Amino acid sequence: MDLKGQVHKFGDDVNTDYIISGRHKFKTLDMKELAKYVMEDLDPEFYSKVKAGDFIVAGSNFGCGSSREQAPLAIINANISAVVAKSFARIFYRNCINTGLPLIECDTEQIDEGDELEVDLQKGVLYNRSKGIEIAVTPLPDVMLKILSDGGLVEHFKKYGTFNFD
Amino acid sequence: MGKTIAEKILSTRSGRDVKANDIVVAELDFIMGQDGTSPLAIQAFQEMQARRVFDPARIAMVIDHSAPSPLEGVSELHQQMRSFAGEQGICFYDIGDGVCHQLLPEQGHVVPGDLVIGADSHTCTYGAINVFSTGVGSTDLAAGLISGKLWFKVPETFKFVLNGQLPAGVYSKDLILHLIGDVTADGATYMAAEYVGEAIAGLSVEARFTISNMAIEMGAKAGLMEADQKTLDWVKQHSTKSFTPVKADADAVYARIKEYDVSRLEPQVARPHTVDNVAPIGEVAGTPIQQGVIGTCTNGRIEDLRIAASILKGRKVKSRLIVAPSSRQVMLQAIREGLIEIFLESGAAVVTPGCGPCVGTHNGVPSDGENVISTANRNFKGRMGNNRAFIYLGSPATVAASVIKGEIGDPREFLR
Repeated sequence: MDLKGQVHKFGDDVNTDYIISGRHKFKTLDMKELAKYVMEDLDPEFYSKVKAGDFIVAGSNFGCGSSREQAPLAIINANISAVVAKSFARIFYRNCINTGLPLIECDTEQIDEGDELEVDLQKGVLYNRSKGIEIAVTPLPDVMLKILSDGGLVEHFKKYGTFNFD
Repeated sequence: MGKTIAEKILSTRSGRDVKANDIVVAELDFIMGQDGTSPLAIQAFQEMQARRVFDPARIAMVIDHSAPSPLEGVSELHQQMRSFAGEQGICFYDIGDGVCHQLLPEQGHVVPGDLVIGADSHTCTYGAINVFSTGVGSTDLAAGLISGKLWFKVPETFKFVLNGQLPAGVYSKDLILHLIGDVTADGATYMAAEYVGEAIAGLSVEARFTISNMAIEMGAKAGLMEADQKTLDWVKQHSTKSFTPVKADADAVYARIKEYDVSRLEPQVARPHTVDNVAPIGEVAGTPIQQGVIGTCTNGRIEDLRIAASILKGRKVKSRLIVAPSSRQVMLQAIREGLIEIFLESGAAVVTPGCGPCVGTHNGVPSDGENVISTANRNFKGRMGNNRAFIYLGSPATVAASVIKGEIGDPREFLR
């Protein structure tokens, strides 16, 4: 899977209340509606700026806080193709794998707002086209690759009825 | 080579001899969902084409985040939960029963040595009674409901050795805020925390829950303690289930070990807008406060209410105060002890047992520019429903002292 898009850059410790704020998070299961408020407290213009396929790029501990899956689902429904960060909070990480939002863990110091990125998930490589550099990506463990390649945990369970990593 | 508590529980529950960083599929002892996460899990359960849950006796659903419902949309989601729980025959706690993390131990659902998941990040609370419990999202919850299993990466462990005894006016909340401030919000990411030492031994089980509850605020997957005599007595009072406590081996391997002497610790406050932005009380005392909150899964237990009431007794609050007992049982006990009367006479608003204003859905959303001091576990911008408000976190004693003064105050001034 090849992903291409522009960077929207954030800092460290972007928590789930920033991703989808307290005012909206438990109101509805309509994720298209929730997506309009993604990152609202950090950047009120965020949703209107995003073009399909763009990336969220951040520092360390992205997604810390709540276990709400509304966070990755709202990001997916805002048409973000993947989140790139130095590190992720663990529940958010699981939720992304389970809902099928690709995560890329790598050094993000050399990625700036507006840069053009290209990611080859199979090869595990990230290219920063604006800077002409290639950045090494931490590979995903097999269990997570299996769930992602099945299309998320719902599809995995539809296929096998339970966990199947053999 | 010896094992940590996390490695032992995940070895037993997966039927394999595992160590840190292995990935396992393990059998779950108990599963919980609340009203912010269960509706999406029910949707995933249906999409996964499942018909029945694996074992209704090992599942609970709790309405606590928006209880009672403040909005039509939320009422609809609550109704979906009631129908699902009814059809499947699973244990259901409705509005007013309390916060999920109070109910699971209080009602005896979880016991030492258990492996538990909950679709709420503060599920790590039960680590205080030797349970490997961790927060997951809705799709993981659905997979657990169907299969009774979940995949885990066995975490490395960060051991906190806590020496000495806390001084008067300083509580387990101050201790955990201090640790989070020291190691930062991602200091234990992907790890289990193990808390040991005489400071832990000196705390009541209720006070220990506060420490395990906030393990997630340093990024940890679990916040584990060994079961001592106090734990065993507490668990036997609350549960009839049989159990086997789990101890770490003396030669267990730890990713990190940090040692602290708590005997000179002062009251601590987390400043806006991150939990690790911690300062001793002296640095923030005098900050004007418009609203105080006592309650939540961190500090809404009977001991917390007793501490707050001992300070508020015979005094009037200058700032608004909202008190949300953590469960129906806690509220009943507080009524019997006359604590609710003390709160009401001091000028507080006492609200339904549940998450109260902590998650920003109802029950006390602050207005623009206001400062709130709360016993909760998170002070993220917008957390309480207004991103132009400022949230400080402290112990029940610090919140009580602050609302009396109308500014952040040192509870040690009020010790009787």
